Amino acid sequence: MSVDATTIQGETFVVNMGPQHPATHGVLRIKLTMDGEYIMNAEPVIGYSHRMQEKMAENRTYSQYFANIGRIDYVGAMIYNFGYACAVERLAGIPVPERAEYIRVITSELNRIASHLLWFGPFIIDLGGLTPLLYAFDDREGILNLLESVSGARLTFSYFRFGGVCNDIDDDFVAGCRAFISRMRERLTLYRRLVTDNIIFRKRVEGIGVIPPEICRKYGATGPVLRGSGVAYDVRKDEPYSIYPLLDFDIPVFGECDSMARYRVRMEEMNQSLRMIEQALDKLPSGPFMAEKVPRILKPPKGDCYFNVEGARGSFGIRIVSDGTEIPYRLKLRTPCFANLSLFEEASRGMLLADSLALLGSLDLCIPDVDR
Amino acid sequence: MTELLSIEPIRMLVFLVGTILFVALNAAYLTLLERKESSWFQRRLGPTEVGPWGLLQPIADGIKLAGKQVIVPDGVDKILFVLSPIMVSVPVIMNLATIPFSDTLVARNIDLGLLMILSFTSFNVMGIMFGGWASRNKYSVISAARVVAQNVAYEIPMFLIAISLVMVTHTFDLRETVLLQTGGFWNWNLFKLGVSPLMPAACLLFFVCLLAETNRSPFDMMEAESELIAGAITEYSGMGFGLFFISEYANIVVGSCLVTILFLGGWNCPFGLYPGLHWFFVKMYGIIFVVIWIRWSFPRIQFYGLLNLSWKILIPLSLAHLLLTCVMVKIW
Repeated sequence: MSVDATTIQGETFVVNMGPQHPATHGVLRIKLTMDGEYIMNAEPVIGYSHRMQEKMAENRTYSQYFANIGRIDYVGAMIYNFGYACAVERLAGIPVPERAEYIRVITSELNRIASHLLWFGPFIIDLGGLTPLLYAFDDREGILNLLESVSGARLTFSYFRFGGVCNDIDDDFVAGCRAFISRMRERLTLYRRLVTDNIIFRKRVEGIGVIPPEICRKYGATGPVLRGSGVAYDVRKDEPYSIYPLLDFDIPVFGECDSMARYRVRMEEMNQSLRMIEQALDKLPSGPFMAEKVPRILKPPKGDCYFNVEGARGSFGIRIVSDGTEIPYRLKLRTPCFANLSLFEEASRGMLLADSLALLGSLDLCIPDVDR
Repeated sequence: MTELLSIEPIRMLVFLVGTILFVALNAAYLTLLERKESSWFQRRLGPTEVGPWGLLQPIADGIKLAGKQVIVPDGVDKILFVLSPIMVSVPVIMNLATIPFSDTLVARNIDLGLLMILSFTSFNVMGIMFGGWASRNKYSVISAARVVAQNVAYEIPMFLIAISLVMVTHTFDLRETVLLQTGGFWNWNLFKLGVSPLMPAACLLFFVCLLAETNRSPFDMMEAESELIAGAITEYSGMGFGLFFISEYANIVVGSCLVTILFLGGWNCPFGLYPGLHWFFVKMYGIIFVVIWIRWSFPRIQFYGLLNLSWKILIPLSLAHLLLTCVMVKIW
């Protein structure tokens, strides 16, 4: 939907921001109708990295599709694996050993921190601060090394299996995690001092890109975007799965609805994830890390199930319909970035170009997750 | 040597070549400094491959840039498009001709040096504006409009500070300005608190205006790479881009020279010992270091924030400083 040009005072012009633009962080194209530097209308044009993920699922077995699921949101691949594994396990009725659940939560939360760090750096770059990116990558490196030591991969992990995980974690990993937690806490303080308290940064984000909760509800925004608008919705609390009910953590909520609120939510979430990992490491039980007798080729009974997890960018839902064969009849992905991007058109109306980038950056979009 | 230089054509030739070389070398090695410095702030190594410590990197970059095709896109205003890199780079080189690097080393000392530098500094805005306008790229046009508004806004406080300094020194002659600050650092204009107690603040204002005038972060509206790709110079390639690049650094050099001369006593030593060229360069490159430091530390401010800063804070402050200096000069 475009605004009627006759209703706008003055002359407008159309700028194609993207698919190759430094601030869209991927092949996202936004058709901006602008009056000077003011955005009259911003229409996201998506699909440049559409890979038919849902259709692909209908052509391969459940375990073959595992590699795909991490490539939908490659920045938070572990959490997406988590969602898929849980969905299939619910469908096929596979029990998961307790230790595996703990390992899953530890690795997922590590991945969530890595994902938020990969948002933090580029977000500051969008605002013109080039240095924090390298610091964020430095921290992320620590996480990736840890995850590599258990899964063998650094980006698309495919670490989970139906009924558990493929490798047990050892004492080195636990010690490495604890070292990382204490280091990361210091770094978060450093980020607060260097970036959050910076006067220019605050001017760029405070009161900029306000997304009222009504707009969030209208477009189905979830995750830090929703929590930055003052709505305390988190799948880990509201529809708890795995061992999250056993852990003590808070859901950071900020009611200012601006980019700063979303920034604060993510920074605080990293802190909460550290808390969760620490508790999970303390409680880590011994035992098997993989359920026994999981058939090599799954044939879940006829039926369908929906499973929702809290991804790094919002709630990620999978609906799987099984017809009793080894390949899914239908697999529907509900990805958070698609919903979060949808609100951009309405939220950015009347903003300045530079401010709209602060808004776009604070949505933390992963374009393959939008297009899938 | 000195006799040879007193012959006018030879003097002109030597200083012409010297100035152009100085600009080119500075542009080349300031990019290296920028890359090295950014790598220190970002915990990386920076260029290391070409030559020891990456010292030959700028030469490799220069060869690459010179070897690239200069593309003139379809539909651009050809004359303006080709003219604007020249319009940007020539005034800067002109500026360097009047800057006294030491008591004797000055290409052409004219008694209105300060006025000339300030007027030529404003000239390069026109080049950038034409370049952006001629590119027929929407981002470039936005950038061109921004640059004009920004430079107009920041020239005013810059000139007001310069005027108040002229009131103190009673001269537009840059060499004369430095000679008046001979001796220790207490003689520098920066610390002439008796004339104007706000002198250090004025120096800071001047420095901020310098950042904005040279389009450096946090005021890099011209080249806001996350918003406008490369702003006015998006469509330029090869040496067209290279000239913009050289003139950006040359502008920083001129601005830093100006701060050095006007506030930091030029070639004078802080303690009155061994005045000379080396002190000028220490001060000048110190300021350049800070300019680069700021770029890699701060985010960019919004455009309206930039204009607000100038019209609501810098201009009233510099006007106040001008008035204060008037009164103080009259009293003394």
